[in-house]
Amino acid sequence: MIRAGAWLALLLLVAAPLVIVLGMGFGTSAPGVPPVIPPIGRAGWQGSLEAWALLFADTYYLDAALRSLRLAAITAGLCLVLGFGMALGIASAAPRWQAPLLALVLLPFWSGFVLRLAAWVGLLRDGGWVNSVLLQAGLISEPLPLLYSEGAMLLGMVHGYLPFAVLPLTATLARRDLRLEEAAADLGAGRWTVFLTITLPLAAPAAGAAFLLVFIPAAGEVVIPEVLGAPDSVLFGRAIWGEFFQTRDWPAAAVLSTALLALLLVPIALYQRLSVAR
Amino acid sequence: MRRAFLALGLIFLWAPILLMAAYAFSGSRVPFEWGGFSLRWFLALAANERLLEAAWLSLRIGAASATLATALGLALGWVLARHGRFAGRPLFGVLAGAPLVLPEVVMGLALLLLFVGLQALTGWPAQRGAVTVWLAHASLGMAYVAVLVQARLTGLDPALEEAAADLGATPAVVFRTITLPLIAPSLAAGWLLAFTLSLDDVVLASFVSGPGATTLPVYLFSQLRLGMTPEANALAVVMLGFAGGLGLIAWMLRLRR
Repeated sequence: MIRAGAWLALLLLVAAPLVIVLGMGFGTSAPGVPPVIPPIGRAGWQGSLEAWALLFADTYYLDAALRSLRLAAITAGLCLVLGFGMALGIASAAPRWQAPLLALVLLPFWSGFVLRLAAWVGLLRDGGWVNSVLLQAGLISEPLPLLYSEGAMLLGMVHGYLPFAVLPLTATLARRDLRLEEAAADLGAGRWTVFLTITLPLAAPAAGAAFLLVFIPAAGEVVIPEVLGAPDSVLFGRAIWGEFFQTRDWPAAAVLSTALLALLLVPIALYQRLSVAR
Repeated sequence: MRRAFLALGLIFLWAPILLMAAYAFSGSRVPFEWGGFSLRWFLALAANERLLEAAWLSLRIGAASATLATALGLALGWVLARHGRFAGRPLFGVLAGAPLVLPEVVMGLALLLLFVGLQALTGWPAQRGAVTVWLAHASLGMAYVAVLVQARLTGLDPALEEAAADLGATPAVVFRTITLPLIAPSLAAGWLLAFTLSLDDVVLASFVSGPGATTLPVYLFSQLRLGMTPEANALAVVMLGFAGGLGLIAWMLRLRR
């Protein structure tokens, strides 16, 4: 009974939508509501490969894909380095401080995602807080173009995704066996040697999971690049968003979604293996 | 060294938020410009009916979708933890974990196409709005609840449930009196997580919502494109105060136990 209900929820709310996206990529864009002719109609198969041809028409989407993957990797790398250090700091704090410290990492989430982005805009724009502070300090003579750049976007991404990396790393590092590190230190290993040969290898699966936990959503991120990024730097998530909301080309959006899933298939499978292994 | 990293990370996380909190009390019309102490933006917030309407809708959708997500996630987690191997178990596991890793934009498009397809086939949903956002958020939240419930169930001592059964309790009574109280913390955490996800979501709601059902994040996102007033800072203070207050209450309740 329970299992039947669970299957129903999964098939209706997860499997069916994904199958429909795959299918919609073979539909034809046409004026109307909805603005599409589905690939299967009353007369049977009526699909086309038009939308798929668009994907390979030129290197526009290939460039977008490579740019998305590169930015996601940089974001995940930065989150991993900073997050690992923070998690180690929390895990080595006195036990009664660990929960409040973790709460301090998570609480910024509740200030609201869009409001945090609004804050970055207000801080980074030409007449914004950062520029006026720098101007008044005499460090610069005219405002720096900080907003709408790759740097601003990365700042927003790392800020938004950092807690995703800290959380699993803290869970793993807080449970680690400290005797291993003590033994290494007793045998004469320096602090760096202990870290590189004991702490880091033992936390490697968690570090991999944390990297992927940031990388996967970051590769398809829409809102942060939209608000903070350069308007001409097209990312994959934004391309899907644009095809749907601006061009109203649903088959193209579906094809791009399928392509994004295909790109992320390996990272996703890897993440599921790592998170099961832990 | 470790402390330096932690301090650096916390400063980075909190700097924009503390600045928002400080400038929420500024009288200037320009965000992040000091114009003397003033509560005008909190008053503007209280008088902004479209924003309040969107916030009220978001709270209702958040509570309803978190509740549905908790019920569905409980069923998913239960099957994952207790049903052992059954036909289709690998597929079940992949589907249950999929919403955790699917990019939001793909999931939003997929759910929209589902609702459009359902409408074409069955006539329901006649129009998209609060109900479709509710279902979309529940389908995301249930995956998070399932992970928490599954972890809690696999960590339980089976002796407790066996003892109750040996003493003559029927499976339903065992579930209600033993299992449910033991997994209640994971259900509460899951509900809260699903509520938070719903309250913060721009992408899914943008895809599956319709006219007349604008949630708070979608409203704020549209305002952000037009240029935000310092009202945003005041709203962030209100939300953080709310979350901080709830967190403090939860923490004090835990201390008392």
